[in-house]
Amino acid sequence: MSGLTAIQKVLARKAGKHVEIGEIIEAKVDFLMLHEVTGPLAVEEFEKISDRVWNPNRVVVIFDHDVPPSTIELANQMRKMRLFVKKYGVSNFYEIGRGGIAHQVLFEEGFDIPGSLIIGVDSHTCTAGATGAVGIGVGSTDAAAVLATGEIWLRVPETIIVEVEGEFKKGVFAKDLALSIVGKIGANGATYKVVEYAGKTVEKLSLSERLTLANLSIEMGAKTGIVQTDSKSFEYAKSFGKQSAFMDVRSDPDSAFEKVGINASELEPVVSVPYRVDDVKPVSEVEGLEIDQAFLGSCTNGRLDDLLIAFRIIKGRKISPRVRLVVSPASMKTYSDALKMGIIEEILRAGGVVTSPTCGACLGMSRGVLAENEVAISSSNRNFMGRMGDKSSRVYLASPATVAASAVEGKITDPRRYL
Amino acid sequence: MIVRGKVVRLGDDIDTDIIIPAKYLVTHDATILAKHVFEDYYPEFRERAKEDIIIVAGENFGLGSSREHAVIALKHSNVKAIVAKSFARIFYRNAINLGMPALVPEEKNRIGEINDGDEVEIHLKKGVLRDLNTGREFSFYKIPDFIVEILEAGGLINYFKQKGGKTGEKSLR
Repeated sequence: MSGLTAIQKVLARKAGKHVEIGEIIEAKVDFLMLHEVTGPLAVEEFEKISDRVWNPNRVVVIFDHDVPPSTIELANQMRKMRLFVKKYGVSNFYEIGRGGIAHQVLFEEGFDIPGSLIIGVDSHTCTAGATGAVGIGVGSTDAAAVLATGEIWLRVPETIIVEVEGEFKKGVFAKDLALSIVGKIGANGATYKVVEYAGKTVEKLSLSERLTLANLSIEMGAKTGIVQTDSKSFEYAKSFGKQSAFMDVRSDPDSAFEKVGINASELEPVVSVPYRVDDVKPVSEVEGLEIDQAFLGSCTNGRLDDLLIAFRIIKGRKISPRVRLVVSPASMKTYSDALKMGIIEEILRAGGVVTSPTCGACLGMSRGVLAENEVAISSSNRNFMGRMGDKSSRVYLASPATVAASAVEGKITDPRRYL
Repeated sequence: MIVRGKVVRLGDDIDTDIIIPAKYLVTHDATILAKHVFEDYYPEFRERAKEDIIIVAGENFGLGSSREHAVIALKHSNVKAIVAKSFARIFYRNAINLGMPALVPEEKNRIGEINDGDEVEIHLKKGVLRDLNTGREFSFYKIPDFIVEILEAGGLINYFKQKGGKTGEKSLR
């Protein structure tokens, strides 16, 4: 094996030397993302060891978990983060109403440059892999050390290449592919490894669809997920004037990796049933199960194309009287674009509610929390016990199309007859 | 570093949402977080954690959210170490960073020989767990030296203070 894997190439660049798989290295961080839930603890720990942020231009503070805040405690946490931003002169700050869900904002604002290293205090930081960036989620104390030094110790992970070939059948979306991959590899199947997405089907996916794919990498335990770069990722970098920083991120054919093949033409619309993301079943197996809430949003599937798919299904119809449809656009930009396109108006007309861009419902924090014994279908990313509310509630994960069709029927519904 | 405690056996895929639900992420006050540890999943845990605890679990311990609050809640519930067949990587880092030993036995399928309620002792440098009820010994995969140093310092922040002081410029290792 003389070639290098994609992650070896990026981490070698960040460590300033050749790196071996399995080696523990110190890597230079391009951007550190902090949000209001795990950020304040990072700041508190940081201030025990330093009085200077390594580079205030490379710190990004985004409010997203409970926006606007629904408790005094969270309002206070935001206050702490604002004071931090001011005290250290942090230049990238996304206040309430000016950003959205962190991973979406990082993408929209051009932080996810291919070949860069992004550390975030959030497990879904792996979403940045959609454009060929390496996004790694950490806890608060790791982030504190990055704030002080601009560096992080990392073990150079092994690689699993997921190669996807074949055309999607009608009603199958990037989310169905992503969940099917999690189902195949398992919740523990990529622990400590990186999942690299390749193949003709992946090449055809838009950057938004790639965000969905990279996003669910953590649900296999992966350190991160990377979509191999191509002209779309180059155009992304170019659109922010960063073409010179672009790096082709893909493993050499003669490098060390395992390969998992997926035939996209065999996939069905699927759901993950409680309480495991990797417990993936065809929608047909749970069709007819009555739901109380349909949630469309999150860093997984709250983007404009997700809202547009739902719009096409909901248009001219009514949300079932037994169901609440909660829509949380992933960012203010998404919200604004959906408004201009008439999507928001149609959701309201059909009987849905649109919240501010926030993670709220996805993690059972605010704006769409489930009551005892309630059942939800959700476009988000986790269906653990109590994830979206009461411990007896149950969450089924699905594509935006399945969420919308189920909202209309009041029960889990195969979206294909609505498309 | 030697830690000792009574074993609490847990299964596979213990996620951070069930260790500490998101509704409590409005604070990182250790006392408050410890009060709600495993609240929905294992309400008896708090009663058991009145004495020192060693968690012995299955695969993929700590999967899901990056919330360090999960480790804080366990640490302040008298959990002295966690032994599991495997750990989710963010949880693993968080545990080390807060000075909580997170250990994987070399013969992970022997983990079933450790009974709930057994008194065990872990010798970190030797990499050995000894079950004081049965006399059985289990060895762990070797932990890199700098991780042992972080654990012995009581976590990354203390380690950092010992190594570099309050400079903001010193490297981590």
